[in-house]
This record gives sequence, structure tokens and C-alpha cells, in this order.
Amino acid sequence: MTEAEVVAPVAAPAAAHRSRRMTGPSVTGPVRVTAAVCQAAGCLSAQSDRVFANVTDRLISDGVTDVAVKRVGCLGLCAAGPLVEIPETGALFRQVDPDAINSLVTYLQTAKAGDASPEREPFFTRQHKIVLENCGRIDPESIEEYLAAGGYRALRKAVTELTPQQVIDEVTRSGLRGRGGAGYPAGLKWATVAKQIATTKYVVCNADEGDPGAFMDRSVLESDPHRVLEGMAIAAYAVGAQHGYVYCRAEYPLAVQRLKAAIHRAEKAGYLGAAIAGSPFAFHVELRLGAGAFVCGEETALLASIQGGRGTPVPRPPYPAASGLWHQPTLINNVESYANVPVIMRRGGDWYAAIGVGKSKGTKVFALAGRIVNSGLIEVPMGTPLREVIFDIGGGIPFGGTFKAVQTGGPSGGCLPEQLLDMSLDYESLVAAGSIMGSGGMVVMDDTSCMVEVARYFMDFCREESCGKCVPCRVGTTQMYLLLTAITEGRGTLADLAALEKLGDMVRSTSLCGLGQSAPNPVFSTLRYFRHEYVEHIETGVCSAGVCPMAAGAVS
Amino acid sequence: MLITKPPTPSDDKRWRAVDARMLRLGYSADALIEVLHSVQQAFGYLDDVALTYVACSLNVPLSKVYGVATFYSLFSLKPQGEHTCVVCTGTACHINGAGAILARIRTRFGIEPKQTTPDDQISLLTARCLGACSIAPAVVYDGEAKGKQTPEQVVARLAAW
Repeated sequence: MTEAEVVAPVAAPAAAHRSRRMTGPSVTGPVRVTAAVCQAAGCLSAQSDRVFANVTDRLISDGVTDVAVKRVGCLGLCAAGPLVEIPETGALFRQVDPDAINSLVTYLQTAKAGDASPEREPFFTRQHKIVLENCGRIDPESIEEYLAAGGYRALRKAVTELTPQQVIDEVTRSGLRGRGGAGYPAGLKWATVAKQIATTKYVVCNADEGDPGAFMDRSVLESDPHRVLEGMAIAAYAVGAQHGYVYCRAEYPLAVQRLKAAIHRAEKAGYLGAAIAGSPFAFHVELRLGAGAFVCGEETALLASIQGGRGTPVPRPPYPAASGLWHQPTLINNVESYANVPVIMRRGGDWYAAIGVGKSKGTKVFALAGRIVNSGLIEVPMGTPLREVIFDIGGGIPFGGTFKAVQTGGPSGGCLPEQLLDMSLDYESLVAAGSIMGSGGMVVMDDTSCMVEVARYFMDFCREESCGKCVPCRVGTTQMYLLLTAITEGRGTLADLAALEKLGDMVRSTSLCGLGQSAPNPVFSTLRYFRHEYVEHIETGVCSAGVCPMAAGAVS
Repeated sequence: MLITKPPTPSDDKRWRAVDARMLRLGYSADALIEVLHSVQQAFGYLDDVALTYVACSLNVPLSKVYGVATFYSLFSLKPQGEHTCVVCTGTACHINGAGAILARIRTRFGIEPKQTTPDDQISLLTARCLGACSIAPAVVYDGEAKGKQTPEQVVARLAAW
């Protein structure tokens, strides 16, 4: 979708019919340029709502009537918020102070389509946006804008022209794999649910993005919620489900609010509910809130939570595809997986499969955070080298710091060192390197981070978030945490490292669910690549990063 | 089985929101978490009276209601202070100084996470990750999220409450 296509409905002759919301109250005639003000959580915390209000007021008081001011979702470069983009010229205003908008307003008074703007840095030009194609371009609270950007066209086509099997074939052909972390082929999962014989089936969207350091799903829900609903509805049609649940974590109030509004508007517009797009297909979506339990990202725990219970996992099989919510066949995918579906249906599975590398097709959204210049949200083709993501797109390490590690996959993933920077970002390569793709959070660390302390941090996380149902996870993570704590306090021995490895192996192979099975990953990966730091703590009593409690005495 | 809805615990108007939510959800036992959310939203925490009322209304054993309320970290069984301060301790916030913020709050106000100051003014909470990683470290003051916070800023803001 090019900018011109998105903007076209605003500038079209049918201007009289456009909603006030699409242009803002300052516009009375044709639109010359648009000021798109980011209203996602990152920029909002830097008062982008006041930027929106102040720019609107100022344009009205200045008598400028041909500049549209609109609210949009995440523009990506959260580190430089609040952001205002002028899509007609490509100009981007950063760190806009709501009380100092003079230069922005001056620019808006004379700018016109085609004006040259400073070339954008690689952060913007190296990306390939599929899931994020509408983020920062449409008003997340307006279904009209989503429709104008081609939204719900794929759903309409699916339910009126295609059979469920054709939809599944298209998704299979695309090679889409689950974006929640495990990378299970989506087409295969859909086909499994579709072939179950049951009168009631469910489609569930996992929006319980619990990995610390990950905010892809939050941004998609805040910026383009209809896209996720459309993906779910297409999935429901394909597998024969009538009911759907979005399980969203309560820590994301803005995402919840926008999702609620989107469900309501989609129902009113006939894209959810009974007789979707005039066909006999019906699909009802309800929202369920989490309540702060990391384990609920695990699919069987998530289903228990939707049913009002404690989020404790159960052994699989049976897999949810055969027996899920209320023992009925249930399809579970995460936000980003569903967000890929409308594009796949619109442009074809073959088009999608041409992007990416090996068995990892399409693009992946990553959240860059930690010690990195351009922290924010990016989308790149699978197989992009890690170095390109961190140094070209991410802008490298701030304050002249030295890259030490990048943590991918949250508490289930691992820390990758400098010598792996040229690796390709795809499911298989990440697993081979001792980490996982995970949901896509990337936390970059420089030499101010101690890797032993990072391992301890993640083990503390897993220990507290373990639901306590199975012993290896409940007790094993606590014991590993105590060993790591001893090392960070200067009480560790080399025998502790062997004990950590042995214990970790036991926790990994005997825990009931993914939480426990992957909990030792941060320890394994730091032992593999940063063993010298462990040894340094044990043998010399020094934490060279100066982070660990023992370091205070040793260094000074 | 005939289920009669128990009488509302008191004529506190806040129960109306809870009742409306339960009615909308069809008094379904599966809606337990949703109902607990609305009780906490109305009253700020879940006390024994509320848990018992929800248990009877949804026809769920009190033990199960208690089990769910204590399983999820967002539910609080104790009243919160006048103001709440949530410090994010996600990975990005952790490596960017969330620990220093918590340490400064501890020395200045004498409270640990999940504690409230003796004058019931400030409750300190931590979050696993607010998803505000790009503006780490993030702190939420009474529902208002702020990024790139320093210990000095946080303590100044809390002292002004």
C-alpha cells in the first residue's frame, strides 16, 4: 500500500462524506497536507495527545483550513516520540514538544505534496512492512480508514468466493509459521482444527504478550486492531468456528480499549457477528482480560484462564486443536500471526512465500529496546542478518558503548554474543545458536550489563511466574536462582556451574509446559557464550560491569 | 439446580457496576476473572465480602474464587493507598535502571514493592513488563505512564502526592 493510496480517500472529491474524525476539525475544504500524530502508548506517554490538540487549535486560530490533523498508530521510532509525520512530503518531526509547535505549524502552513524532505535514515528505508503496513498511516479507531486501506476485503473475498479449504491452502502455501515463538506451521494447525468433527469450534487470539522486552503485539493492537480481527474471522471461516476470544493482557489498557472499540465497530459494519459480508457465515468475538500471569501465554494455561480458572497448564496431547475451550476444537494463534492473514489472502500465498529465507517465510516484527539508539518497532524479512537489525536499522549502541549481547525471546530465549552478529534471523538459526525467535523482543545490552546478573534476572522472573503445578519448574527454577544469586554475591564455586548445567537439563527435560522447559535457556546461553564472566565472578570476586552486589566492595 | 442470586452485600452504589457486569456475562462461572476485574475496578481491591458475594452469585466454590484471586498478580486482597506508583521491571527497564528507582523509593519512603506507606498515601507496585520498552525505564503514576524516568524524577513526583 503506497502512501498515495492511503491518503487518496481524504483528498477525494467525495470530501463532504468523509468523517470529521478523518481530517480533524480544522479542515473545511480540500486537504493540502496531513499531520499524522502518533497516538500509540509510547508517544502518548510523551504527551502526543496534547500535540494533537495544540496543533489542531493552533491551525484553527491561524485560519488554516486545508491541513488535516489526524491520529495514527505507531510510527515505529518510539525513542524519538512524540512523532508527527507529513505523509504527503515524507517529513517527520521528532520529539515534538506540545508547547513548542511553532516550527511544525510553520511547515504545515506552506508544505505541499511533492515537497522534498530530508532523506530518511536506514531505520525507515531498510524495513519491509507487511504486518505494520497500516501502522502510523491510519487512525486505529476508525473502521472507515481501515476499509479505505483495503481492510476487510480479504474477509469478504474469503467468505463470498472461496471455500474453507481454499483459504487453508492459501495459508499453507504462504508458509506462515506461528509468530508467538514456537513457529508451528499455521496452515497445518488450521487444517487440523478444520478436520475435527464438532458442532462448536473456537478461534482464540493470544494477545498475552508476556515476554518482557516485547511490544510488537501491543503496537499492532493499538495501531491496527481491525487487521487482527479480520485475520481471526478468516481463520474462523477456514476452520468452521463460530466463536472467538481475544485474550489480552490487562497491562495494555490502550490496546484493550482500542480492541473493544474495533470489535464494536466491526459488528456494526457487518464484518463480525451474524451474516458476515452478506454470507451465511457468522462469527462472534469476545474480549477476555488477563490478570498478570506470564504462564497464561502458554496455550493450555491461556485456555484455562479464558474459562475463568487459575492459569495452570495441562499436559498435551490432547492439543487444543482437538480439545481446547470447553473440550471443543480450538485454534490458537498470536496477534502477529493473525495480522499476516489478510495480506496473504489479498496478495496470495506464493507472494508471501517469496519473502524470507528457507523454512522461515515472510517478515517478522521485532521490538528493539535496551541499549540501542533507535529503540522502537521494526519489521524486516526473515533471514535479515542480526547485525543489520542492530547496527543499520537500530543505529547501534548509544553513548559510544560497546555491544555485548542481544537477548531474544524473553525469559525463554537466550543472549547472543558479538561473534554471532552475522547470523540470519530465522527460526532454525536462532534455535541453533541457543536462543529462540520468541515473539520478537530484542533487548540489546552493552558493557554496563553483567551477563550473570541478566541470567539471574530471568531466573528470578521464571521462579516467580512458575505456576507451581509441576515440581521441576517450581523447585528447579528456585534452586537455579539461588545458585545464580550466590555467584553474583561472590559466594559461588566452579562446582556451581556444573550444578547449574545439570539442574537446567533436568528442568528443561521434565517440566510440564513451555515455561519450565525453556526457563534454563538464558542460563545455558550465557554459560555458552559468556562463561568467562561466571568464572571471573567466582575466581576473582570481581564483576567487571560493576552491577553485581559483590562488585561494590571488590571494585571500589 | 435452582440458583438464587444472593443479596447485595451493602447498598454501596459501586455494587451496581459489578451486578451489571455479572448480568451481562450471564452469571457464568467462566466469567469469574472478568467479574473480579470489575470488583477491583469499583473498590480498588478484593475483600472477603466481595469474594463471597462473587462466589455465591456465580455459583462457584469460595475456594476456587480465592484460588483465582490469589493466582493472578493484578488482583489485590489488600486496600491500596490513595495513589499508586507502578515501576516496570521488564528487561529493558531492568538494564536501564529500574532497580535504582526502586532502591531510591525504598530509602526515601521506606516501602518495598506491594507495600503501602503507613499514611496510606502511596502504594508501590511493580509490573513484569508494560511494553513501554522503547522509553525505558517506565513508571506509571496513578494510571499515567511516563518514560525515561530517573530516580530523582520519581521521588520528586511521589513526594508531591
